[in-house]
Amino acid sequence: MAIRDRLSGNEAVAVAMKQVNPDVVAAFPITPSTEIPQYFSSFVADGKVDTEFVPVESEHSAMSACIGAQAAGARTMTATSANGLALMWEMLYIAASCKLPIALSVVNRALSGPINIHNDHSDSMGARDSGWVQLYGETNQEAYDNLIQAVKIGEHPDVLLPVMNCYDGFITSHAVENIELIEDEKVKAFVGDYKPEHYLNDKENPIAVGPLDLQNHYFEHKRQQAESMMKAKKVILEVAEEFEKLTGRKYGLFEEYKMEDAEVAIVVINSTAGTAKYVVDQLREKGVKAGLIKIRVYRPFPVDEITAALSKCKAIAVMDKADSFNAAGGPLFTDITSALYGRVDGIKVINYIYGLGGRDVRTDDIAFVYDALLEIVKTGEIKSVYNYLGVRE
Amino acid sequence: MSKERKKVINPEITWKDTTPGGMILDAGNAEDFKTGDWRSMKPIWLKDKCKQCLLCYPVCPDTSILIDEDGKRTEFDYDHCKGCGVCVEVCPFDAIDFVEED
Ligand code: SF4
Ligand code: SF4
Repeated sequence: MAIRDRLSGNEAVAVAMKQVNPDVVAAFPITPSTEIPQYFSSFVADGKVDTEFVPVESEHSAMSACIGAQAAGARTMTATSANGLALMWEMLYIAASCKLPIALSVVNRALSGPINIHNDHSDSMGARDSGWVQLYGETNQEAYDNLIQAVKIGEHPDVLLPVMNCYDGFITSHAVENIELIEDEKVKAFVGDYKPEHYLNDKENPIAVGPLDLQNHYFEHKRQQAESMMKAKKVILEVAEEFEKLTGRKYGLFEEYKMEDAEVAIVVINSTAGTAKYVVDQLREKGVKAGLIKIRVYRPFPVDEITAALSKCKAIAVMDKADSFNAAGGPLFTDITSALYGRVDGIKVINYIYGLGGRDVRTDDIAFVYDALLEIVKTGEIKSVYNYLGVRE
Repeated sequence: MSKERKKVINPEITWKDTTPGGMILDAGNAEDFKTGDWRSMKPIWLKDKCKQCLLCYPVCPDTSILIDEDGKRTEFDYDHCKGCGVCVEVCPFDAIDFVEED
């Protein structure tokens, strides 16, 4: 029987880490992810895990220690937020190019500046091209479930990529919700032992990791990374299927909410999906064919699947909790519109940048977006593609 | 000269065949990398003048002065000698000539 509990998102993630019992956790505290290493270090102190906990002096060192440990043959995890992730930047790319399946929980927070500790997605969105698989979760349950799946996805021989488990700072990380935990032994059996083919601590087979890689080879290694990312989609779905057998909880590349006959839809990431589903329900009661797509897997980006899911819509609003500052639209908007291009024609797509720096997103804001979409359907006209939602004009 | 390799990484290897992330599976594989073609100046061993003092041997940064089983220096390893000329400077008996590579 699953264990019913009430936990904050961070506590749930720390419990998932305890159950996986990784060989090494190297972390540096930063709001709002601090509780993860805090809870986890108490598990270490209480002897509840066998993990070597490395309290480093910065996030750059945290990721560097994770890279060294994972290359040595250890299953490794860490957590961070915002500027902590930014300080890891250099090492994120190295973790990915060395094909090291580190699991990193990113508790999404606005990246300075101006300095701010609240939620948006500017931290992990900036890392979208670093070569990490990125999973996003709406609730505490999803953050917990995604981390357990992240281990198995990253370590799959067809993938061998590091994985980010992203969820909203404070909203998901600190709010206490009901959660269903999996029994320790079932988590252990699900993730299995970490058995890398090559690792530095294998003294019979000495290797070198991360050598200088010039014009003759760098390109080939980047092609390998691209291949791993292409193969990751299938692996993510296989792992989700196995996870569903274990827990009954179904995961895909994204969640479709009332999309079967939807004419207007929004595409959103993380906790705002919860608010938006409520608005969809209200609109449905009024007979409006509203739907929603919540992205779970952002890297690799599920181009074909998302196109199929949106193909029957008349108008779509893509919601970005980060701006790309390309003067044209946020990162999710760019990905959605390029997915649609040449695959389906005639769908009107607009973009809203919303909730930056933790600005509250209310049902009224979401209702405003659906109204704008309905107006576009009615008139056939888009007044403005790239918009800021709820900013003081 | 190559020893048996778990993976021969050469300039022709494809992305499918190369190791994950450029990992090196064989210790001492620098031997496979022929640095001799970088050379613009070439050291020539003048056997008759050589006193076998072996002062040249330890200064070569590329281990390109070969020693036989009797502990005597023999020919240069031109596959790897980069032509830096350090051995030429060190030899007290002018037993190494230094000429332009043709
Ligand atoms: S230093 Fe000159 S003399 Fe001495 S071993 Fe080398 S080549 Fe011969
Ligand atoms: S020229 Fe330089 S590389 Fe060549 S044998 Fe002499 S010391 Fe070694």
